[in-house]
Amino acid sequence: MQVTSSVRQPLVTGGKTYHDVTHDVCRQVEGKPSKLWFLAFLTAFGVLAIGSTALLATLWEGIGMWGLNKTVGWAWDITNFVWWVGIGHAGTLISAVLLLFRQKWRTSINRAAEAMTIFAVICAAMFPIIHMGRPWLGAYWALPLPNTYGSLWVNFNSPLLWDVFAISTYFSVSLVFWYIGLIPDFATIRDRATGLRKIIYGALSLGWDGAAKTWMRYESVSLILAGLATPLVLSVHTIVSFDFATSVIPGWHTTIFPPYFVAGAIFSGFAMVLTLMIVTRKVYKLEDYITIGHIELMNIVIIITGSIVGIAYITEFFMAWYSGVEAEQYAFINRATGPYWWAYWSMMTCNVISPQLFWIKKIRTSIVATFALSIVVNIGMWFERFVIIVTSLHRDYLPSSWAMFYPTLVDVGVYLFTFGFFFTAFFLFAKFFPVINMAEVKSVLKSSSEKAHK
Amino acid sequence: MERDTHFILGVYDDEDVLLHAVEQVRGSGVKIHEVYSPYPVHGLEHVLGYKRSKLPIAAFLFGMLGLTLALTMQFYMMKFDWPMIIGGKDYGAFPDFVPVSFEMTVLLSAFGMVGVFLITSNLKPWAQPRIFDLRSTDDKHIMAIDLANNSSLDLDKIKEILTESGATEVNKKSFE
Repeated sequence: MQVTSSVRQPLVTGGKTYHDVTHDVCRQVEGKPSKLWFLAFLTAFGVLAIGSTALLATLWEGIGMWGLNKTVGWAWDITNFVWWVGIGHAGTLISAVLLLFRQKWRTSINRAAEAMTIFAVICAAMFPIIHMGRPWLGAYWALPLPNTYGSLWVNFNSPLLWDVFAISTYFSVSLVFWYIGLIPDFATIRDRATGLRKIIYGALSLGWDGAAKTWMRYESVSLILAGLATPLVLSVHTIVSFDFATSVIPGWHTTIFPPYFVAGAIFSGFAMVLTLMIVTRKVYKLEDYITIGHIELMNIVIIITGSIVGIAYITEFFMAWYSGVEAEQYAFINRATGPYWWAYWSMMTCNVISPQLFWIKKIRTSIVATFALSIVVNIGMWFERFVIIVTSLHRDYLPSSWAMFYPTLVDVGVYLFTFGFFFTAFFLFAKFFPVINMAEVKSVLKSSSEKAHK
Repeated sequence: MERDTHFILGVYDDEDVLLHAVEQVRGSGVKIHEVYSPYPVHGLEHVLGYKRSKLPIAAFLFGMLGLTLALTMQFYMMKFDWPMIIGGKDYGAFPDFVPVSFEMTVLLSAFGMVGVFLITSNLKPWAQPRIFDLRSTDDKHIMAIDLANNSSLDLDKIKEILTESGATEVNKKSFE
């Protein structure tokens, strides 16, 4: 019965049994957190606390606290928004698209990647909300709620409103997808626990008993959710790119934005998954579950999407020249050689050149190199959004209103706040939730572990 | 309240042994109450003779509901309730309504289907499931056989059938 391929690497190494899987994952939830965890958590929480002062300043005084001026009306806020949404693409891509493609290696990484997605989308959604200035009234501006002005409805012709629907749908469907996957694992923790933990995880597991009929429905739900989430993932960044592409600003007004943004989102999302997973596997000793093979496969996705992004950058330049539109041509020449040349070339180096290093097998199977490059990619992707947004705005049609953007401390603080939130949430997740989808790993274990049925 | 209270449990270590065992046990005329596994075993629903889940139909219907609601809402608000010329477009600018319609289709489809799944599978935070064997969420497959449903068969006979089919343990379990 044992099927072991001589060509493919096993997905789980170390000859794990089913019980080992349960034990290795539940150990993190059941044990006392380590000093390292406390240190990491407190650092993240400290950043959150420091950043929250900037957030409060923004809410109290208004967005005049940011470095925006009348020429550059969108800067760090929207850059950070797009950056975080992009990062939030990997999780659902891994769990939905790779499920449809029957890529079984996703089983060890999908749980943590989806958690990351959810936290990243929360960070992203915060920016447009605080950019409203008075977010406590924001529901009337963003949602089709009856009001005393008519009702004067929200504008369904606007891509900004499409974004409201896209991001909130993406967030809620990802959350549901993630939770459905967690139910059987919560039941595993429940059945190992006593006392208060049993009660809490018992409630979280919704009374899961692992009956064959429930598993059948569960599989059906997972498959359909994956089918729904796949176009959803692609639609979210497509719609985010519409925020720019449907405008008539030179540098934004491009038809290649949707696929270009989606590729960029997957690119940065996988980079962030690698950053987090390399640390998690080390700290939690999960090297047998998240193997070099997993890291290599993710690096291959990074080469592909990184190359798509690179081609998109060059295509934009070509189209600016080929269109013959002077304003368009100027916008791109200004990007590469104007006052923001350093941002443009940081982006080109980090996003176009650095991922090409992964063609070398030694680099893409090296943990240190992957970790370093994953951070480089995320820096590059932040610069990409900054370049698109700020360099397209700062020199508009009227030279007398040309300006530069200088971030204030509050700009930096709000960005820090999202980092603090993201890592605080991720560390809490890593402590209290099973970081690896035990049930799904067990279902692929037999073909990849010799001891599995002994 | 009438609840089935006495069960014979067959404990299996391996999913392939389990699949054959289910066929064998059902073939010898024993009615299986349910099989509990720590992970989804492919093909188990077929050998147990379960009908395909109707959840895809629920997902489709909820999706259609979402689409209808989204289009109705957008046309009502933009074309009838408060028409405004925006960018020189038609009041009912259908292409502009596609993104929101798509998102609401997905949203209602996903939530509706998951809601139906939770209700039909009786999954709720206050549920008190009957756990036959704690190892069924760890590394063992548990085949539960309801004695009340198999009264025509002798207890020892059932135990024998289970052992023969490859069960590593055969246990009795009673609920109050």
